[in-house]
Amino acid sequence: MNAPVWVQLVYLAAAVCFILALKGLSSPRHARTGNLIGAIGAVVAVVVVFFYAHVDHLVPILVAIVIGSLGGLVGARRVQMTQMPQLVALFNGVGGGAAALVALLELSGLGDASEPAFTLVATAFTILVGAVSFAGSMVTFAKLQELMTTRPVLFPGLPVVFGIVLAGALAAAVLTVTSSAISLAVILAVLGLLFGVLLVLPVGGADVPIVISLLNAFTGLTVAAGGYVLGNTLLLVAGTLVGASGTFLTKLMAAAMGRSVLNILFGAFKGGSTLGGGTASDRPVRSGSPEDVAILLGYAQKVIVVPGYGLAVAQAQHTLRELVDVLGVRGVQVDYAIHPVAGRMPGHMNVLLAEAQVPYEQLREMDDINGEFKQADVALVVGANDVVNPAAQTTPGAPIYGMPILHADEAQQVVFLKRSMRPGFAGIDNELLFDPKTTLLFGDAKESLGKVLNAVKSL
Amino acid sequence: MSEPVVWLTIFILSIFVGVEVISKVSSTLHTPLMSGANAIHGIILLGAILVAGAATNTVELVIGLIAVVLAAVNMVGGFVVTDRMLQMFTRKRRPSGDGSPR
Repeated sequence: MNAPVWVQLVYLAAAVCFILALKGLSSPRHARTGNLIGAIGAVVAVVVVFFYAHVDHLVPILVAIVIGSLGGLVGARRVQMTQMPQLVALFNGVGGGAAALVALLELSGLGDASEPAFTLVATAFTILVGAVSFAGSMVTFAKLQELMTTRPVLFPGLPVVFGIVLAGALAAAVLTVTSSAISLAVILAVLGLLFGVLLVLPVGGADVPIVISLLNAFTGLTVAAGGYVLGNTLLLVAGTLVGASGTFLTKLMAAAMGRSVLNILFGAFKGGSTLGGGTASDRPVRSGSPEDVAILLGYAQKVIVVPGYGLAVAQAQHTLRELVDVLGVRGVQVDYAIHPVAGRMPGHMNVLLAEAQVPYEQLREMDDINGEFKQADVALVVGANDVVNPAAQTTPGAPIYGMPILHADEAQQVVFLKRSMRPGFAGIDNELLFDPKTTLLFGDAKESLGKVLNAVKSL
Repeated sequence: MSEPVVWLTIFILSIFVGVEVISKVSSTLHTPLMSGANAIHGIILLGAILVAGAATNTVELVIGLIAVVLAAVNMVGGFVVTDRMLQMFTRKRRPSGDGSPR
């Protein structure tokens, strides 16, 4: 059963590769090399299996590997940078699903042999958490892809149903461990799927990115437990690395939003009359022409751009960078203020702007730039809403209450480029839109920016 | 040391390494980091190959092959998409005179 020593050594090398990969990913300089090292480690570890283990059904397995690899490759190559969060959720889900299936098969392979209890516990854990991760990730994917509503989904009695499913799953887990019956394990997997769905449904759209990170950590732990079941140290180390770093990252992100992880998962349970009815949207706002905006920007000393997901959807990052370049030539000092959760995933906006070749010295993190809005002549908010919504600090009970925001409201003038008065991802109105110092320019972000760009050029 | 204790030792130490190694990450790289970590747990492919290779009947084989496909999607897709993202971060550095070959 145990792998020979040389294989163990290869596994050790692969584990080191994974550690180097994660370490590399912490700094922009070494990130790409790090990722490559991780990939090499993974490929070598997989190839080695065929040389020491007795693998039947060689041809179908190789075909399955090719199919899966091609699927992953095509998905990874084709995806738009705006859709990155969905893709990560999807990849994470299938990983969790694979781990659960592996544990199910391992259990059926054990037969009724008297395995050590702890192995069975790890097996049940892998099946349950793997299923949760799979189903949760699929719901997350559906929410991000807007195949379903991005609002929290609640129904009367949800907490009760949730409790029953949880209790059922735990009972099934205990019974699986005591009897090691495959039928019970299948029930366990089904309850896990149900639990995963119920876990993510009540999470609001704005919090979905944190859930991706959490489910990523879940899958990591699943793989670690699977490693114990299979007696494979590499799976144990790799899974644990991902589980630990994922958990840490989740906490870090939750802190960036001023929330606890528990609050994000279960906040919606506590009654949701504040989920934004869009009541105030017929109030008067001041809308301006591209020329008005061009004059504001062109004669400003200091402009801070707040990019949001709307920018990315309109594929307007390149036009924005052009506008910023032109303003720079005119002597206007321009910075980008990046909210930690701008976009649909932490760090997402950085990826999108990197794609448009914005030099990253211009990308300023929230804590770094928030003090400077007071000196800014114009805050140019492009396709963002929730991250500059003062309700996050003034309206207890708002879904985003407590989330740190960019203080665009402190700038002399605020310009919003918006498609419509529709509320943001969190589904609530933004008082700043109705502020007297705010000018709105409605339309597709790319078109609007193009018009403003031309108007600035002809100033 | 009995074997479970060895495993527990590896587990606990890995937790510390996992946290330590990313504790200084800037929020700029959160998305690639998550995606990279995601690719790493695709190593479950190894387990999927082992169980599929040990299948004794058709049902087991089919389930095993599904696991192999899913895990391969996770691993290959994860590394490739991470590389695609990071490529954009490095491309941007070149004008500032890094000069190193890609």
